[in-house]
Amino acid sequence: MTLETFLLLAAALFCVGLYGALSQQSIVMLMMGIELMVNGVVVAAAGFWHWVSPGSADGQVLVLVAITVMALEMAMGFAVVTALFRARDVDMTDDAGDLRG
Amino acid sequence: MEAVAFWVLAVAAVGTGVAVFVVDSMARATFALLASFLCAGGELLLVGLRYLGVLVVLMMIMEMLVMAVFMVMYMMNPAGLMPMSMTHNRRGALAVAGGAFAALAAGILLVPWPERRGRPPRDPTVALGDAVMGSSMLVMMVIGVAILATMIATVVLATHRGRYDA
Repeated sequence: MTLETFLLLAAALFCVGLYGALSQQSIVMLMMGIELMVNGVVVAAAGFWHWVSPGSADGQVLVLVAITVMALEMAMGFAVVTALFRARDVDMTDDAGDLRG
Repeated sequence: MEAVAFWVLAVAAVGTGVAVFVVDSMARATFALLASFLCAGGELLLVGLRYLGVLVVLMMIMEMLVMAVFMVMYMMNPAGLMPMSMTHNRRGALAVAGGAFAALAAGILLVPWPERRGRPPRDPTVALGDAVMGSSMLVMMVIGVAILATMIATVVLATHRGRYDA
């Protein structure tokens, strides 16, 4: 158990989430991917706290921020899905391409 | 002992994370994601973050149960009864994710990380409490405002009237 293995675990979680966020059609599954990515951030922040500067609490505060981001992201995501579904009966990312460049 | 627990939890966290996008039922995907979060919470416990580890475990159980409700509302493929692909641009996504992991892993293994400074406090929870009520109070205030803004925004978005009516 070293900083490197801990960060590798975080990177693996982040990239699995990235794959999900990019490849899923269902908006709910897409949000699961984003949650996994933030989960990687949580693990990385905990690793940095323990192996780089355990003396200060900054790493712990970062974990707290990441956990909050996770909860807020899910709340906002589902509110947007609800609004979209009400307005247009859409539950797939492909049908919600209004901002496509 | 700790190393064994770390590797078991790490493999389980990534394995269940992959399972989220492999299983064909969204309910199973939710619980695979929950398992992945629980393993990540276990890793936090392993480095001595008892409060944050338990916080992740408890919060993720609740969050995934809420997610399961929404999953039932917006499910494309209930219980995997109708075999269908729920992905688009799979190859591109795999390439991007694989490339990102290769880049991150190279960075992790090549960067000379700084030496450890200081020692973990006897009770990290007390240190965290001191920080959020002292030197990092601004962070907590911003989080509080962000949570309030999110609550208002979600209600506005989700009401039947909708965002666009007068």
